[in-house]
Amino acid sequence: MTTKNVINITVKVNGKDHTAAVEPRLLLVHFIREVLALTGTHIGCDTTSCGACTILLDGRPVKSCTVFAVQVDGREVSTIEGVAQNGALHPLQEGFKEKHGLQCGFCTPGMIMSTYALLQKNPQPTEQDIRWGISGNLCRCTGYQNIVKAVQYAAEKLSAKKETGE
Amino acid sequence: MIQKTSPEIGGFGHSVKRKEDLRFIQGKGNYLDDVRLPGMVYGHMVRSPYAHARVIAIRTEEAKKLPGVLAVITGEDLAKAGLAWMPTLFHDKQMVLATGKVLFQSQEVAFVVAEDQYTAADAAELVEVDYEELPVLVDPHKSTDADAPILREDREEKSNHIFHWEVGDRDATEQKMKSAPVTAKLKAFFPRCHPAPLETCGCVMDFNSSTGKLTAWMTSQAPHAHRTVFALVAGIPEQNIRVIAPDIGGGFGNKVPVYPGYVCAAVAALTIGRPVKWVETRSENLQSTGFARDYHMEAELASDKEGHMSALRVKVLADHGAFNATAQPTKFPAGLFSICTGSYDFSSAFCEVDGVYTNKAPGGVAYRCSFRVTEAAYLIERAMDVLAQELKMDPAELRRRNFIPPDKFPYLCPLGWNYDSGNYEGALNLALEKIGYTELRQEQAEKRKKGELMGIGISSFTEIVGAGPSHTFDILGIKMFDSAELRVHPTGKAIMRMGTKSQGQGHETTYAQIVAQELGIPASDVVIEEGDTDTAPYGLGTYASRSTPTSGAAAALASRKVRDKARKIAAHLLEVSEEDLEWEPGKFSVKGAPGKSKTIQEIAFAAYTNFPEGMEPGLEAVNYYDPPNLTFPFGTYVAVVDIDKGTGEVKVRKFVAIDDCGNIINPMIVEGQVHGGLTEGLAIAFMQEISYDESGNIQGGTFMDYLVPTAIETPHWETGHTCTPSPHHPFGAKGVGESPNVGSPAAFVNAVVDALSHLGVKHIDMPLSPWKIWQILKEKGVAE
Repeated sequence: MTTKNVINITVKVNGKDHTAAVEPRLLLVHFIREVLALTGTHIGCDTTSCGACTILLDGRPVKSCTVFAVQVDGREVSTIEGVAQNGALHPLQEGFKEKHGLQCGFCTPGMIMSTYALLQKNPQPTEQDIRWGISGNLCRCTGYQNIVKAVQYAAEKLSAKKETGE
Repeated sequence: MIQKTSPEIGGFGHSVKRKEDLRFIQGKGNYLDDVRLPGMVYGHMVRSPYAHARVIAIRTEEAKKLPGVLAVITGEDLAKAGLAWMPTLFHDKQMVLATGKVLFQSQEVAFVVAEDQYTAADAAELVEVDYEELPVLVDPHKSTDADAPILREDREEKSNHIFHWEVGDRDATEQKMKSAPVTAKLKAFFPRCHPAPLETCGCVMDFNSSTGKLTAWMTSQAPHAHRTVFALVAGIPEQNIRVIAPDIGGGFGNKVPVYPGYVCAAVAALTIGRPVKWVETRSENLQSTGFARDYHMEAELASDKEGHMSALRVKVLADHGAFNATAQPTKFPAGLFSICTGSYDFSSAFCEVDGVYTNKAPGGVAYRCSFRVTEAAYLIERAMDVLAQELKMDPAELRRRNFIPPDKFPYLCPLGWNYDSGNYEGALNLALEKIGYTELRQEQAEKRKKGELMGIGISSFTEIVGAGPSHTFDILGIKMFDSAELRVHPTGKAIMRMGTKSQGQGHETTYAQIVAQELGIPASDVVIEEGDTDTAPYGLGTYASRSTPTSGAAAALASRKVRDKARKIAAHLLEVSEEDLEWEPGKFSVKGAPGKSKTIQEIAFAAYTNFPEGMEPGLEAVNYYDPPNLTFPFGTYVAVVDIDKGTGEVKVRKFVAIDDCGNIINPMIVEGQVHGGLTEGLAIAFMQEISYDESGNIQGGTFMDYLVPTAIETPHWETGHTCTPSPHHPFGAKGVGESPNVGSPAAFVNAVVDALSHLGVKHIDMPLSPWKIWQILKEKGVAE
């Protein structure tokens, strides 16, 4: 192995601190996939076009193929692996399954992360809001129509939960 | 008649939620790039910047010196092992790594292996290649000119012409063309496009030197066929090759061929003695792997003045790029393109195709398409509108006058296909009713008076899928059957393994529903496995909408074999003769004594614990299904578009898709397939093209310029069905995954041309980009 110029970083990923020595050029997506072995975040292009690598950085959706790992030192990252809580699926995950919002599943983690952020900001989005909300995420299988339905399902479920104070 | 099952059993007609989703929605899928083996190292390809050049020298010393680099493999290294070239899936060979010269931009030149992917990429930059540029051939129409450079020096035949293929009656067609009161001619180019699944291609090759076994994890739509190809080409005994196709992030035909990267990674794994991973970048995927289409087509229709057609003549120039790496059944150089007579009753037809080499990436694959049926459907459906325009006749009416009538099936078409079933007018009528055709035509007339541009486009396509019968269909000699192996456990749960491989189609759910339908075992109790050649029965894989017509049929027939044995065991348990039993999904009952019954679960237990004397224990069956014919799904799609005169942008306002895929297993999954296929059709019609400049530089080699529609461009799809079951398929299904991609491009283009037809526009080649449309508007003096 080569002796490389490395920098120590500490990143909170899905609520847990990780410290690692990384090359300055290491992309965040590779840090997540290769260093942390969280392979739910995918790579679908090399031009920041497809959104398969979308994660949340301090709560904002970000394409992790276009951020260096060193840039997230001291910050908080959420990936698809952290979306289900205590073994219970998030309403978005349920929605994708119930409404057939996925086929090959490759874009799905990125879609869920983007729409997770969308619903945080806009709990009752219109169809157009949802379409714009996922316009940075490409899907080759579904034609998006059922993804829209999946997000609507989750929005309804989340607002019902809020009303009942769950 | 399909017996109804309860939702708990979940047989045909139930929108059972997909089993595969649970892992995908939690990021727990296992795609190729997720495979991590101990000691694994990484490959990176060095590619040619030139479209046509002599390779003078490859210098690898600097790359090899970089710490962490384990090997740099060149074509000459491969030549020593006899692996510099590999066979394509269609009567040709392809360079694995360039020897002598390169023939397309992005061609594979050297393969670098290193401890990590960053080092591998660094080292690839350090490989120095000296090229001497050669004249480039880009235009296929010039490929047989006297002064055209000969691209393939390896071939005996010193020509860029690959094949001539013709079918039908040339003379009879010619005579009808000559004597017809009306003829219509269309010259249409179906541009080169790319399946572009969201996951690119890749592999992990792991060679165990102590056992001599190669385990090949591959993004493969056809793992069994790939194993056999490896055995034949590399000389590794077939039992020592295990191909595993893990979860696949979309295929659409792109993952049918064998690519040079797979071979290089395997050679590297053997040489280095460590597992080697190679995964393409998106640019590499778009620039070097199986493209689709690239057909330069001409169609002529002969008709009387009332629009009754008599003959069709078709001529095609097919651009295959540098190697004929098309993936077609062996006897069909243009695949099933000769389905170009479509839904219409011609008395004569003639079709000829010539294939040529150019300095472009090799292909072409069947992109969400049953072997060139997309090109055929587009051509005939576009030509129908040209004839309608010529006759000043409503395009729906012209279609209606020429459909093969329902009572003429099975119908032998003049190009030799025996259509199994169809009711084309039924689908057309339903589509027109759903879209509100009459009102739309009135609206269009009013809008035209106001100078607004609105169009309606119809496509009444026919497919030909489910390849195929062994008397006609094989790939490299292997007949195109497919298989299922069903094993029922003592507790009545089951596992079924298949010769196909899902890439998002939901096989784990729909195949389980077939068992549920045939045996009454709940779909949730049936595990489906595919993709591991050490465990699954041999099959040709998933493409060309063949899974349900072939493996689906095998699943039904294997289930019926199990049911036959279950009947014997039930008779034994109930102490009656087999003839006294009647079946409903899930149990055998004694006729006239409905209380006396045995469930399939009880019978399964008895198969291991209390079987009749002399009977072989266990409850399992295998079926290799050789279909008697192909299936012929069809439908009518109608698109309504509005054109912005200021920007040339086309908005798809409304789209109705009526499909007839016979009996449906899972309506939810069928609808999802249709949505996805229509969106890919939209992309092809409006956005996508891989073209080349005069030097052979790829235009459209990244997602920045090879456009995939987002949720914003994608309209709302309305779907519906008619049902004409296939008469020869065990449960009357036909296949559906590709129909929307086959049928929709013509609907979109017909709609746009319809919007502009009063201005004298007769045809526009895809993609119908705003720039292209705006230029036409400007030329016609209507641009704002």
